[in-house]
Amino acid sequence: MKPAIDPLPTTPTAAMLRTLAVVAALCGTIITAAHQGTQAAIEGNKRLAIERAVFKVIPAAVSVAEYLALPEGRLVKVGADKTAPAGAIKFYAGFDASGRLVGVAAEGAAKGYADTVRILFAWEASSQAVTGFGVVSSRETPGIGDKILVDKDFLANFPLEAKLSADMKTLANAIRTVKHGTKAYPWEIDAIAGATITSRAVGRAIDETAQALLPRIAPHLAQLEDRP
Amino acid sequence: MTATRTDRWDEFMEGLWRQNPIFVMTLGLCPALAVTVSAVNALSMGLATTFVLTASCFLVSLLRKRIPKEVRIATYIVIIATFVTVVDYLIQAVSLALYDALGAFIQLIVVNCVILGRAEAHASKHPPLPAVLSALGMGAGFTLGLFALGAVREILGAGKLFGISLFGEHFQPWVVMVLPPGGFFVLGLWLLLFSAWTRRQRRKEAIQHA
Amino acid sequence: MSLEIRSAPHIKAHRSVETIMRHVVYSLLPICAFYVFQYGLSALASLAVVTAACLATERFFVKTGTQAGDISDYSAVITGLLLALSLPPGFPLWMGAVAGFAAIALGKALFGGIGCNVFNPALVGRAFAQAAFPQAIATYTPSFLPGRFYEMVPTSMTLPFMQPASVIDWLKAKQLDALAGATPLAKWKFEGVLAGAEELITSLSGHMAVGPSPALILLCGAYLALRRFLDWRIPAAILGSAGLTAWLLFALSPERFPNPFFMLFSGGLILGAVYMATDMATSPVTPKGMWVYGALIGLLTVIIRYYSGLPEGVMYAILLANAATPLIEKITQPTPFGKSRFALLGRARKGASYPLHPGYISREEAHAVTPKKRLFAHKPKAEARKKSNEARD
Repeated sequence: MKPAIDPLPTTPTAAMLRTLAVVAALCGTIITAAHQGTQAAIEGNKRLAIERAVFKVIPAAVSVAEYLALPEGRLVKVGADKTAPAGAIKFYAGFDASGRLVGVAAEGAAKGYADTVRILFAWEASSQAVTGFGVVSSRETPGIGDKILVDKDFLANFPLEAKLSADMKTLANAIRTVKHGTKAYPWEIDAIAGATITSRAVGRAIDETAQALLPRIAPHLAQLEDRP
Repeated sequence: MTATRTDRWDEFMEGLWRQNPIFVMTLGLCPALAVTVSAVNALSMGLATTFVLTASCFLVSLLRKRIPKEVRIATYIVIIATFVTVVDYLIQAVSLALYDALGAFIQLIVVNCVILGRAEAHASKHPPLPAVLSALGMGAGFTLGLFALGAVREILGAGKLFGISLFGEHFQPWVVMVLPPGGFFVLGLWLLLFSAWTRRQRRKEAIQHA
Repeated sequence: MSLEIRSAPHIKAHRSVETIMRHVVYSLLPICAFYVFQYGLSALASLAVVTAACLATERFFVKTGTQAGDISDYSAVITGLLLALSLPPGFPLWMGAVAGFAAIALGKALFGGIGCNVFNPALVGRAFAQAAFPQAIATYTPSFLPGRFYEMVPTSMTLPFMQPASVIDWLKAKQLDALAGATPLAKWKFEGVLAGAEELITSLSGHMAVGPSPALILLCGAYLALRRFLDWRIPAAILGSAGLTAWLLFALSPERFPNPFFMLFSGGLILGAVYMATDMATSPVTPKGMWVYGALIGLLTVIIRYYSGLPEGVMYAILLANAATPLIEKITQPTPFGKSRFALLGRARKGASYPLHPGYISREEAHAVTPKKRLFAHKPKAEARKKSNEARD
């Protein structure tokens, strides 16, 4: 304990600064050491998590590469520096064992019942369709909103048509979520009765990302194909 | 020698039971209500807090004679923030799924009042060994409280404990238990049980004295 | 000889809490009987189990001293019967028992027992069940099924902690479509089908999934109101405001909104208006406050029904109005004789502070001084402030 004898205990400024500097240096060292020590494991974990999520929506894929679709229409592989230019959309390309492109996966987000629902959906170039999706994060009501992953009728919506229009600028038909039992076209999503809001969020999330991303990717599919 | 050992044990038990942060002092309730939807989450949150608590109390106790009291709070916060950052990295390295489940509450350990409270009230006045023991006791008490909440909420809210199904596949989950109100209900119930138990103990002691 | 001097009113009839509660139970019995006639064995079991759970919980908390009151005052019976009437008839019995426990424990014992509760206990129990078991509470079965007196709805006998079986298969075996299990409100909200008037009022015409009969509830409520066991103002205000709101919306766009008659007689609005909103402990005691309170419930009910994700809104509307009750009472205190605005040209009103009228005793003591009739507390006067500053120095 500090001696409390002097009536006006004054610590010299230099001492205060010195202590703070020593503590700051000490703490800095600890943080840096922890960062260095765990960096590799964290990177590995992150890659593993992405791969696992992508493999789930593109079952045929055995390897994954991360790409950025730039606004001017160029596709670049995400490098080590990881600085994404403004307007770029991140997506993942899944390849099978022979290095052939089997699908493209991208994240979409839309407001659900409780909070934003973030999903990862897969698009197949050969059939021009969304083949499936997985949830990245959602806070929807358990037992109601989270039925989007298990409801058989809802999962039967996929593959979902996502064709590009003739001018390759937008989708030929915007993806829409419709009331349960009224699906009439292959680009419509049949909502779950009782979980309409969450179903709609899935539709909007896919539509928004697909409208922005697919026109950029489509002209450059060959570039993704010839992966070494 | 025996006397000191009892003292040490007392130091530990203080936090684990008599001054339990959740059940007696009701401190640090923000993580206690927010992340206890499952036993695993609760336990890992408790362990992370215990680590930060013990490490920062140890460092504060080591430096206690060198820290001028004008800048002590700033120093404590820097020390606590350091160990929270370390824990943040460690959890990411162990499991990203757990990291996502705990969310912002890992970073919010910095402002957990139990930690700053122990650093200020105990570690700054005691040598490292008792400080660490007391911090371990507090951390264990906090973990126990979180686990008690998380276990009940997982059993009723999902029919599982540590992810192992207890009732078979036809279990009807009590949705409310994994929602925020469930946290309050279960915490209230535990507080009721704990205070009923303590009251009974006290009555027994009074009878013995008489 | 000792003289006792009291202010009016001088109560002549002996009327205890127990008398009032007993009469409410009597008036509920015909409703329950018709409900059992509608739904058969399952409804009977549901009424019995939920009421038993309420009584057992009440007994536990009274015995352990957590809660004031007496188990023989019938209030827990009312809670149990109302809760059972507001749940689907085929609600799994174990969930009904949980709801009954939550009703008394969270809705009543927590606040200290009879008369101290802020929210209607039956609705607290129902809100808990709604939050915990959202699917089971939305699963209704049609009334007047053949053989309802010999067999139960399969969901009733679900084992504790287990999921109820699917009602749809059971209905298919009875040659009814899956939609027969939806309430008129759910049908309107999700399918756009409007039920007719005669179906809603008596539910005698077909296999409709309606709750207890509204006509009977109004009749029994009228008996209570005539005997002055409940105040007619609250149900009148609720039905009036709900009807008015629904009529206004209907007049604006008849194709989007259902007619006001459907609004009033579907779902639990009548039951809520007559029996739940009029709970003495949780509704205002001032006559003006009753109108405000009822109008709030009616408005909220219609708004929740139209604009939220839920088909039914009576429960949350009443709970919200319960929470607003102390505030409503505060701003609707009646002006005592001689203290009105015109009595002394405004001067007197400024200092109007009067003991609470014994007829309006709610939570305060008889001699308590009510806060002044203002929305905002006025600032302390300059002298008072100076005085307190001096005191501090």
